[in-house]
Amino acid sequence: MTLLTTASIWIIPCLILVVLTIATAKRLPTYELFVDGGKEGISLAISILPFLLGMLVSIAILRASGALDAIIGLITPFLSFIGMPADIVPLALVRPISGTAALGMTTELIATHGPDSFIGRLASVLQGSTDTTFYVLTVYFGAVGIRKMGDALKVGLLADVIGIMASIIVVTIIFGA
Amino acid sequence: MNYIWAIMAIGGIIYAMINGTMDEVNKAIFKSADDAVVLAISLISVMVFWLGITKIAEAAGLLKGLVRLAKPFIARLFPDIPKDHPAMGYILSNLTANFFGLGNAATPMGIKAMEEMKKLSGSPKASRSMITFLAINTSSLTLIPTTVLAVRMKYDSQAPTEIVSATLLASIISFIGAILIDRLFYEIRRRKERHL
Repeated sequence: MTLLTTASIWIIPCLILVVLTIATAKRLPTYELFVDGGKEGISLAISILPFLLGMLVSIAILRASGALDAIIGLITPFLSFIGMPADIVPLALVRPISGTAALGMTTELIATHGPDSFIGRLASVLQGSTDTTFYVLTVYFGAVGIRKMGDALKVGLLADVIGIMASIIVVTIIFGA
Repeated sequence: MNYIWAIMAIGGIIYAMINGTMDEVNKAIFKSADDAVVLAISLISVMVFWLGITKIAEAAGLLKGLVRLAKPFIARLFPDIPKDHPAMGYILSNLTANFFGLGNAATPMGIKAMEEMKKLSGSPKASRSMITFLAINTSSLTLIPTTVLAVRMKYDSQAPTEIVSATLLASIISFIGAILIDRLFYEIRRRKERHL
């Protein structure tokens, strides 16, 4: 435990140390390079804003109206019928769409069932091993101004399905149901 | 994407009309717009910082070194990108950052990778390598799932890190799955184009 926590705290400062040491040894103008590279960051973040805003508003409407919960309610019996733990279904459905909603659900599941229960572990693994596909696509395509996403969404969502199934199977095998 | 985006909003508003949740919807519209601005602004700090560091790493030849290390593996995943193209360096730094749980460093590098890939394809449409790159990204290959660990610790888990290996295993499976699905869709696209 302590090893992993320490590693995650040390990693960024050490990375900076390595980069700056090597660059200085090579007599590069480090400060100028930093400022020069960083400049782009401002315009990039701003250029993502409309994409992000559009996507978040649309998702917020769906959530706030209760329609998302209604859809989840409709699909849950079907998914738990094919063997998915019912408690985890809403999280699995929300994970690719909304990162904040998913983290909220994961926290909720861990709080009610306990972090060391089957559901708690499954929620943890599911949250950690999948990403918010909608957000990733919005930010990356938005930043370079690509509107025709091709198969990207389909591929991303299918990969999520695999990730969800993998989480359930792996947790069941490692920890038992 | 246009359809999905519009349908989420249309569906939500119609549902709200029927179920009397219009008040919530109305609030949510402006609340989420605010959230998006806060999110984008908070991205500025992360972007400026990491793009600055990346620039130094690039000038020091560190990105090239990284590419040389992982070349055989990565070149097979992205056959459309020339081996010494800068896109490779950014793709690798993005994957490495993600792997070590540095989500906020991964995003700026991923965006640089997308920029380079756009220069390569020169088209406003998503290119093959972009789709592969994002498929890999959404499968979230991580060694240290920091957020989840924090939540588990908060709720007094006896062993907060016991899920690390399970998470890694599950994300390796979804990583491989993402690559296979991406290949499958690529083959389908190619066949379609041949028949036209």
